[in-house]
Amino acid sequence: MRSAYLETLYELAGKDKNVYAIISDNGAIVYDKYRQDFPDQFINAGISEANMVAMAAGMAERGKIPFAYTIGAFLAYRAYEFILNDVCMMNKNVKMVGIGEGCSYSLLGASHHTIFDLAVLRPLPNLTILSPASPMEVKKSVQAAYKINGPVYIRIGTNREPEIYDTDYDFAVGKGIKLRQGTDIALITTGSIAYDVLKAADELEKQGISACVINIHTIKPFDEDIVIRSCVETGNVCVVEEHSVIGGLGSAVAEVVARNNIYVKFTGIGLYDFVHGYGKHDELKKDNGLGIDAIVDACKMVVRG
Amino acid sequence: MIKEMPIESIALKIRQEILKMAMGAGGGHIAPSYSMTDIVTELYFDNVLKYDAANPKWDGRDYFILSKGHGVLALYVALSIAGFFSKEQLYSFGKIGSDLGSLARANSVPGIEASTGSLGHGLSYACGIALALKKDNLTNKVYVLLGDGECEEGSIWEAVMFAAHNKLNNLTVIVDYNKLQAMDSIKNIMSIENFSDRFRSFGFDAVDIDGHDYAEIRSALLGDTFISPEPIDKPKAIIAHTVKGKGISFMENVPIWHYRIPNDDELKIALQELKMTKEDLGDYERLSYRNVI
Repeated sequence: MRSAYLETLYELAGKDKNVYAIISDNGAIVYDKYRQDFPDQFINAGISEANMVAMAAGMAERGKIPFAYTIGAFLAYRAYEFILNDVCMMNKNVKMVGIGEGCSYSLLGASHHTIFDLAVLRPLPNLTILSPASPMEVKKSVQAAYKINGPVYIRIGTNREPEIYDTDYDFAVGKGIKLRQGTDIALITTGSIAYDVLKAADELEKQGISACVINIHTIKPFDEDIVIRSCVETGNVCVVEEHSVIGGLGSAVAEVVARNNIYVKFTGIGLYDFVHGYGKHDELKKDNGLGIDAIVDACKMVVRG
Repeated sequence: MIKEMPIESIALKIRQEILKMAMGAGGGHIAPSYSMTDIVTELYFDNVLKYDAANPKWDGRDYFILSKGHGVLALYVALSIAGFFSKEQLYSFGKIGSDLGSLARANSVPGIEASTGSLGHGLSYACGIALALKKDNLTNKVYVLLGDGECEEGSIWEAVMFAAHNKLNNLTVIVDYNKLQAMDSIKNIMSIENFSDRFRSFGFDAVDIDGHDYAEIRSALLGDTFISPEPIDKPKAIIAHTVKGKGISFMENVPIWHYRIPNDDELKIALQELKMTKEDLGDYERLSYRNVI
């Protein structure tokens, strides 16, 4: 995902001199090509996320299009009040790119896990929140963010996420995508864990449960229609997210369900409190109740329980 | 008209209007606005800041970012006198339906460049503007006014480092050094004084001035009093020694007046010292927003 982001940013910077890559001293090697070819459109703001975000807002005031990039946790928590006051309140054309979604920095621990970002950023006015599921979707998200004249947060993983799309497809901000048809349960997900969710749906198929998979790549504005439709069509819903179960996609889906008086059996799986332990990303997800087996079990409980 | 008035008269006018607005709204930061009134007067009415009141977003303008957003009463009056918006709008201050509150809000009030009020934001924002201007080889200047207490925010020093490292010589920081913060004197709360030394050690050129001496303010704002002549590659810091509450004797240097409105007895003294009458305050009521609509 990180390579996909940088390739897209590289293309944008080549086409538009107002595009700037801004970092907070991270991305040592990955930015080399960009830095070499666009030295005037690259700023290392130093290890100071708050200043980076508000400074980017000032650049946007002068017509620049800054892409401020650092670990999502540092953006969303440390610079939060700057995102609120300097970017969202003034509706500035700043793109904030948070890397390391969920617990993908699986060896680094709780300080680097980005599992509360959606919860804290969802309420912010004027902010578009994109949470792409694969490298191809990262490209489309970054291109879409560039076209939006306003604040955007893009949540991406690291560099090992598999592609989930076989062919090119239409990406529209605010419109969820049905990745897989199914009639018994709707699996609603966001981000790179969509790959695991598709695997879980295959496994469910073998066990006689037909699951559709909905990819919500835009957390805000939220595609209520696709959620309502899939809930009504299947009567069962399981939200899967690599984020805290409080305040993220599950909460957003529950809000839609409750507001629209939809009768649906609901379950959501995600992360609780701090992610415990260290290891490979897949192992860590599994160890924290977010493995493919856990998704399969949760769906069976809902459909058959 | 206004340009022909002596600078002292304009500053007095601003202080008078601030009192009227605060009395009419029943709130507002009078004393923090009075310490910076003379600085704002110099910026807007002595050919320092380039602006076009009829076209607030004029591309050739200089920027004034009020980072201590609670001083916005002084800025509102200056902007209104300069022609950015009407006297009626000025007098809508603090009323339901008005865009003018006790902290600065951009986008809805012409001439207000940044939404501030939460402290420690404006300098970073100003750095972004200054950097973008330099990238485009433009000569617009960026002024940012900080509170002295505001400098306790860590983000200020993130921005100071950034400005010096990036050689933002189009940026001038003004510290409204009135020696008081909300609850007490700065020195009793946090030892962050010797501002000019601190800014110099971070790579700024810095001068100390009397923040109520118009000639000193003007020279410093124009960059005349700094050690290195232009074009140097350092950002500038003006440490403006000011008096919180300047203009009304009982408010001066008294912390409680950070956010307080005079009672009837105090008001009599205030009016006298600002060369006003009760009728002048009546003017406020007549023009107040609720009577306009």
